[in-house]
Amino acid sequence: MIMSRGVEAVKPPSLPEDQEITPIASDRDIVTARQRGRTLAVQLGCSPTEATLIATAISELARNIVLYAKHGEIGLTVANGGGRPGVTVVARDEGPGIANIPWAIAGGHSTSGGLGLGLPGVRRLMDEFEISSQPGKGTTITTRRWKR
Amino acid sequence: MKVSILKQRDYLVASIQAALTDEDLKNLRDALVAQVGEHRSRGVIIDVAALDVMDSFAVRTLRDLAQMTRLRGAETVIVGLQPEVAFAMTQLGLRLEGVTAALDLDGGLAHLDHQTKPTTLRRAISNPGRRA
Repeated sequence: MIMSRGVEAVKPPSLPEDQEITPIASDRDIVTARQRGRTLAVQLGCSPTEATLIATAISELARNIVLYAKHGEIGLTVANGGGRPGVTVVARDEGPGIANIPWAIAGGHSTSGGLGLGLPGVRRLMDEFEISSQPGKGTTITTRRWKR
Repeated sequence: MKVSILKQRDYLVASIQAALTDEDLKNLRDALVAQVGEHRSRGVIIDVAALDVMDSFAVRTLRDLAQMTRLRGAETVIVGLQPEVAFAMTQLGLRLEGVTAALDLDGGLAHLDHQTKPTTLRRAISNPGRRA
């Protein structure tokens, strides 16, 4: 970091060490989760655009939980990729699960009247995307975006 | 109050003041569709500058709103979309198909003024040299 001489380094605001969990059960929680994601991204030094991309992805993931699983949680963690910070978003639920994952992430399909763009859209917004789901057991989606 | 709806001439101007939940968005849609009738409005302007995120639900609700008000005789214009929100919408593949957007309130009013002018008058203006 380059600093002007004689100026004390400004200590960055403390970042959450552990996963910050937001329980998701209603549309209000969707807003809470995405605002926390934005705050974390801004704390890491992400641009407003990056913070908005992360917040938008969280909004889509949290809405899927409310629509399909009724309740679940969004976990936020600071990721560290060789000195480069990132935000890891984990969306977890114990809902009906996704029987056909390739179909769900291919786009253009939806079973609840949505645009069918949820998951493919989230994949485009984020750098990494991983989904594990078991019908009847639930779904966990882990997605990450590195600071540019 | 998260949204204020003001009547301005023949138009309704809805200003979103804070992040909206899905329920808030649906209430806004229903309120505007109803008020277009109450005030015989010919245009609706929705200022979304304070919206933190435009995800698939928000876009769908705004598209529905525009379609519903159009069926009631009023055009809807979305104004104030932030550059980063526009970027995220594009990345997400969301389109505001069929909904007009303008940069700000002035742009929205100018668009509606042009749009809601009687056809004969508009033709006369676009062909100023032509004699009636």
